[in-house]
Formats: sequence, C-alpha cells, structure tokens
Amino acid sequence: MAFAFDLALVLLTVAVAAWTIALRDGFAAVVAFVVYGALLALAWVRLGAIDVALTEAAIGAGLTGALLIGAAAAVRRATRTALPEQRPDLGTRTLAAVLCAAVAGSIAAGVLLLPEPAPSLAADAARHLDATGLGNPVTAVLIAYRATDTLLEKVVLVLAIAGVWSFAPDGVWGGRPGPAPAASQPGALLLLARVLPPVGVVVGAYVLWAGADHPGGAFQGGTILAAMVLLVVMAGLADVPRIGSRALRAMVLAGPMVFLAVGFAGVVIADAFLAYPVPYAKPIILAIEIVLTLSIAATLALLLAGPPERDAAPARPGQ
Amino acid sequence: MSALADAFTVVAIALGVVFFLAGSVGLLRFPDALTRLHALTKADNLGLGLVVLGLAAQAGSVLGALKLLAVWVLVLVAGATVARLIARAAHEPERGA
Repeated sequence: MAFAFDLALVLLTVAVAAWTIALRDGFAAVVAFVVYGALLALAWVRLGAIDVALTEAAIGAGLTGALLIGAAAAVRRATRTALPEQRPDLGTRTLAAVLCAAVAGSIAAGVLLLPEPAPSLAADAARHLDATGLGNPVTAVLIAYRATDTLLEKVVLVLAIAGVWSFAPDGVWGGRPGPAPAASQPGALLLLARVLPPVGVVVGAYVLWAGADHPGGAFQGGTILAAMVLLVVMAGLADVPRIGSRALRAMVLAGPMVFLAVGFAGVVIADAFLAYPVPYAKPIILAIEIVLTLSIAATLALLLAGPPERDAAPARPGQ
Repeated sequence: MSALADAFTVVAIALGVVFFLAGSVGLLRFPDALTRLHALTKADNLGLGLVVLGLAAQAGSVLGALKLLAVWVLVLVAGATVARLIARAAHEPERGA
C-alpha cells in the first residue's frame, strides 16, 4: 500500500516537472511549478524529513511561486508594449538543454554513486545534541554545528534585497515598492486580511518556538510572518514602508548583525568564531533565532514587494 | 470501540473522496469559470471536511483532533477568499490590469 503511494507520488512528481518545462505560457508554468513544489514537500514527508518538507512548502512552493508570478506578470507587461516575443534560436536552446541536463545528471550521479552505507554524521550530531540544549538535530546543525552556513545564508538575503532595490529608478530611490495600493474594497480579501494575521502570527511564532525540539525554525516561521504582512498590504489595509526608512533597514540587518556579533563574541568568550559557551547555548540560540525570524520576515516581504516605484522623499517639515 | 472508530473513518473518508471526485469531474466538465469554481469549492469544503472528520477519529488526542479541525477551518477561509478573487477576475476581465 505504502509502496503504491510512493510510486504514484514519484510518477506524478516527474510528470508535473516535465509539464512545468513543456508549458509555453509563463503563468501556467508557475502554477505547475507550485504544484511540483507541493508534491516535493509530500515526498520529503514520506522520507521522514519534515524540516525539509516545511521549507520546501514555504519557500520552494509558496515564496518562489509568488516571486515567479510577479516575474511572469512583468514579462507579460513588457512583451505587450515592446517587441513581440522572440523565441531564442536553436543554438541557445540546445545550449540551455545541455547545461540543464549536465547539472541534473551530475546530481543524479552524485546520489546514485554514494557508497553503501552512505557516509553519515547523524550519530555525531545526535551525540552532541545535549551541549546545544536543543531537541531537534536539524536545528542544531543549522544554528550550532554549521552556523557559518546559516550566517552566510542570511547575508545572501541582505544582498538579494540590495539587488532588488538597485533596480529603482533614480527619481524614486528610498520610496515605496510596488504600485500605489487601491482603496480597499469591502469583500472576502479584506475580511481575510483582518481575520487571518492574528492566527498567522501565532502560527509563525509557534513554528519558530517548536523548531528547538520539533520540525520548524526561523526560516519557516519568518515566511509565515512575511505572508501575513503581504496579505495586509494586498488588501490595502496598510502600505509598504519606504525603503529609505531607518527602522526598516535596521530590521532587515538586525538578524545578520546579531548573528555576527555573537560570532565574534564567541572568539573571546568561547574558543572560536560562532562558538557558544555551553551553559548559555540554548538562550543564545533562541535570541539569534527570534531576531533572525523578524529579519527574515521583513526581507522576504520586501523581496516580494519589489523595487521602489513611487513616493520617494518623505514630506519635509513645514510643507 | 476502536473498530467502531475505524469504520467511521473509512466511511467518512470514502464520502470525502466522493466529493473530491465529483469536484474534479465538475472542474473538467463544466462550461465556464464560475461553474467550475462552484464545483471545486464544494470539493474543498465538504470533501476536506469529511476527510478531516474521518482522520479526527484516529487522532488519539483531543488536541490532535483540534489541530486537524484548525487545518480545515484555515483551508475553508483561504479557499473561499481565493474562489471569490478568481471569480471576480474571471467576471470582469481586464479590469484595470
């Protein structure tokens, strides 16, 4: 029974992946990609990797899907006004196909050529779990054993938002992202934007808190919080802050900065960069995670909001 | 008692699957966007509700059953909102976009 389910899941995932590539319409391809992400999340659940499944559902299907929908809409606007859509020539398409096949083939080979039994640090990770005060070995890997990777990941997020903002035309630098919000109309979206955020904030905080001992963590929690922010903005209940706002920039930077500060403090107090003094490991990790969650939520929401388009300078006093 | 719960689960989930099947058939067979949405939302609301009801009998704890119920309520709220947004977009094409 379980085998039949897994087989159906694998076939369906591969079929949807092929469908995503074959579709010619941008919007349809994004929808297929989101379905693919949901199936992949289910596959991770079947493999017992609940943390990865949560991340795949939140980031792979949810956030990336929303980013791609925005990209598809931008492409559609651009092709409507500019030149008719040009299909790349045969050489370009062949090159793209060969490169994609090479990447996919290398990954497949890497997985298939693993020695039996596959090399694993799982036993080591479980043995030293006590020193971190955590119960979830995945969180221990992310925030303690391989904290450098997580730190760099957060720095990449800041670079990503700098990249998005660099698309701002000169006149609106420091202004608000996206088009001006339409006046909010009474309706289902407005109701949802008023009813859901309290629930979403609790769920986001719960996912972060649960991450210490169960699947969950800063990234998944932060994504849920970012979704709540976007819902409120979409319904027209609030506007996106100016990207020139110091408070906003401080919120984006707080996570990586606190992480870095703890890292350098580790050189002095403990014995290495990003080493935590064992008796205080749990509270330090919690503090980093809470600040990181807020920074991730702000950064992801801003990534989706896009480059500033309007409302550049705040009104000067006296005007 | 356990056999009774199992029988309840089987019946409820089977009924739920019937709603999902009917919703999928409606999605494929109905002529326009509004009727297709109508078919889909029935599958989501009643189908998922019955599946959740069936699973709640297996949850083992009141808290687990409540969590399942919360999933159903959240899907209901989100589904209803999205259905309304799609219906409006389908009903007033090219409005301002």
